Amino acid sequence: MPGQRDQTGKKLGMWLFLFTEIILFGALFVLYAVYFSWYPKDFILGAKELDLGFGVINTVILLISSFLVAASITAVQNDQRHIALAALAGAQVCGAVFLVNKYFEWGHKIEIGIYPGSERLLDGPAPQNLFFGLYYVVTGLHGIHIGIGMVLLAVSLVLVFCRRITAENDVVLDNCGLYWHLVDLIWIFIFPLFYLVV
Amino acid sequence: METVASFYETPEPARFTGIWSWLLTLDHKRIGLMYLFAILFWFLLAVLLGGVLRLELMFPGETILSPGLYNSAFTLHGVIMIFLFIIPALPAIFGNFFLPIHIGADDVYFPKLNLLSWYLYMAGGGIAIFSLFSDGFADTGWTFYVPFSISTNTNVSTTVFAAFVLGFSSMLTGLNFITTVHKMRDRAMGWLQIPLFTWSLYATAWVQLLATPIIAITLVLVMIERFFNVGLFDPARGGDPILYQHLFWMYSHPAVYIMILPGMGVISEIIPVFARKSIFGYKAIVGSSLAIAIAGSLVWAHHMYTSGMSDTAVFVFSLLTYVVAIPSAIKVFSWVATLYKGAIEMTPPLFFSLCFIYLFSVGGLTGLVLGAAGANIHVHDTHFVVAHFHFTMFGGTGFAFFAALHYWWPKMFGRMYDFKKAYIAAILVTGGFMFHYVPMFILGLQGMPRRYYDYLPQYANGNFFAGFGALFMILGIGLMVANLLVSLSRPRNAGPDPWGGVTLEWTIPSPPPVHNFVRPPEIMAYPYDFSGVTDRSAQRPKGE
Amino acid sequence: MEHASHIFSYKTLGLVLGALLVLTGVTVGASYIDLGWVNVWIALVIASAKASLVLVVFMHMNSAGKGVVVSFLSTVFFLAIMIGFIFWDVAFR
Repeated sequence: MPGQRDQTGKKLGMWLFLFTEIILFGALFVLYAVYFSWYPKDFILGAKELDLGFGVINTVILLISSFLVAASITAVQNDQRHIALAALAGAQVCGAVFLVNKYFEWGHKIEIGIYPGSERLLDGPAPQNLFFGLYYVVTGLHGIHIGIGMVLLAVSLVLVFCRRITAENDVVLDNCGLYWHLVDLIWIFIFPLFYLVV
Repeated sequence: METVASFYETPEPARFTGIWSWLLTLDHKRIGLMYLFAILFWFLLAVLLGGVLRLELMFPGETILSPGLYNSAFTLHGVIMIFLFIIPALPAIFGNFFLPIHIGADDVYFPKLNLLSWYLYMAGGGIAIFSLFSDGFADTGWTFYVPFSISTNTNVSTTVFAAFVLGFSSMLTGLNFITTVHKMRDRAMGWLQIPLFTWSLYATAWVQLLATPIIAITLVLVMIERFFNVGLFDPARGGDPILYQHLFWMYSHPAVYIMILPGMGVISEIIPVFARKSIFGYKAIVGSSLAIAIAGSLVWAHHMYTSGMSDTAVFVFSLLTYVVAIPSAIKVFSWVATLYKGAIEMTPPLFFSLCFIYLFSVGGLTGLVLGAAGANIHVHDTHFVVAHFHFTMFGGTGFAFFAALHYWWPKMFGRMYDFKKAYIAAILVTGGFMFHYVPMFILGLQGMPRRYYDYLPQYANGNFFAGFGALFMILGIGLMVANLLVSLSRPRNAGPDPWGGVTLEWTIPSPPPVHNFVRPPEIMAYPYDFSGVTDRSAQRPKGE
Repeated sequence: MEHASHIFSYKTLGLVLGALLVLTGVTVGASYIDLGWVNVWIALVIASAKASLVLVVFMHMNSAGKGVVVSFLSTVFFLAIMIGFIFWDVAFR
């Protein structure tokens, strides 16, 4: 019969899905580009309010987690199951630390009265409301994606543990990894656009 | 051809029986049929809603609907017709059923994802119904423009969420089709041997994939604004409501090509079969499908000439809009040239296709009136716009849907319908259509705005005629659907190839067996080679 | 057979991680030098360089096939159109 399904199709499907994620965040970057071009000074002032330390640490954490996920694929290919498990667990920890950092970062912002609809933003200059509005929407959406990515990594971890992901059959791990890298990729753009505008 | 059990008798996966063999099926044909009946339900509901709207407008003043109810009714009509009917109709029903067969495959690449898409579709419809009974259906129009959509008290959030879920369904269908065309195509079938309907679905799938996420995030932003009041589109807090319109049309203009491209594909299948002649300009049609998909993504702001955006943008987008007209015109030219000197055999599918060509051309040409920045200012947001997009969307996609129903019905169900009733229905729908929408062009030019339950006395005659036409149209649609459904009680006698078609679906039994092909398909060097086809009307069961 | 082709050694992956961390440092450092509007473009160029490293090495983009590369570039192009064409409006209001 015609129509042999090979594994490459699953990867193609995953890539196509990643394209939709790129556009999803892309639409928010459209808003960012327009408002930044109109109100660069307010965006710079807004960025100064953000904690660069959190931004840098979270960037480093995500880069390391991406490395660990890539390493886990190499490990599975080399039949080094324990290394793969350790790498995936490490990536999980990185994701969790990222979210904890985010929690403290948001918590601090809310403490000093910067959150959607807060008095400080309502009374302050209007464009700064836009900056923080975008900040919350973009990082919030990204945080949700981190959560989804951690679930996918957890699934991979279990499958590697049960020997359902092996050197011959690793497309699930590949696809979960692709998703995780994409979440990292989006952060690579979020970080300079929100924390580093001067 | 030898007799084999059809997919109706062979559940896939085989362990399910009865209702579960449908609700949990992974067979693309069963999923296509489940879409067919769900979509027909929504279509008929929205047709009736449209009828109610025209009944309200038939006489001046408030007659059967209160102003608020009228607002909700036209929103509901728009939301159902756009998100639950035209966007999914051709890809989800006929794409699901015939795309794998066209490329010689036994199913789509991701059968489970396909079933998930169906459930998302049903869930989206369910949420839309649910929003009706909680705080009233949205009264914003299907465009959900801010700031009204953020400030109105009706249940916009739920309605918007329904559209979000439906968007996911459409996106996953597109993802599935692209992967299927790339990975499941018969080895012997090159890119330029793919039938044109499948080509158009492939081009559409890319638009579904790349444009739908924009509407998803835009609708999420509307929900976020309603729940958290961030103020991204609120001018008092620095935001710009026009940016919402940009984001909305970045999806929704490409979306009209999601709606029309598969329709054009259907017509490209039907015309050569009944002209008994190879399609004129196969490569030009393929190329124009891709060109429409690409160029259609560059023109979104032509919906916004009067929104207050810059004059530069009006100029640029008006210019680009004219560019999109070219590939559409190439297709019309190719269809007409295919008919020229063909051995034409009139059948209901061809009749609907001919109506399509005429109605779609009128719709396309009036689109140029709207695309011209100067003329647009005069007719913007009038009934001219309503008439224009119903000519393209209903006269175009709607008629292509009817044509596809009549063309593939014998293949899907193995039964031929009554031709005479089909013709009468087609004439009623087309005649009613003209009576219904042509007055709207005139009303629009005279300045009657859209989306109001009432109008000035000088518009009374046009509205009366339009309401009259609507009645004929609804009668025609009812007769057409009834005629098709009645055929289901007939014996399965359509035969594998009642029309003399040459694409792969006509080489297999009607209805097809569960894995589509009983023996490996023979791929022709050219998909529209009719040299082997003799007169098939003699072999056809008596429809006439 | 497609498996062996897309495997990078731990060493390669580690070097790429190092490069990504260095680029992060560079982009933070560059933000302290005030160059006006140029800063944003520097940040975006560095981010694109980082993204390319992730795409090519971590995500094995090349082994996924030419179709994926072409369609990825089309997606980026489409995004660029979205952002670019909107400036026909917002830059000329």
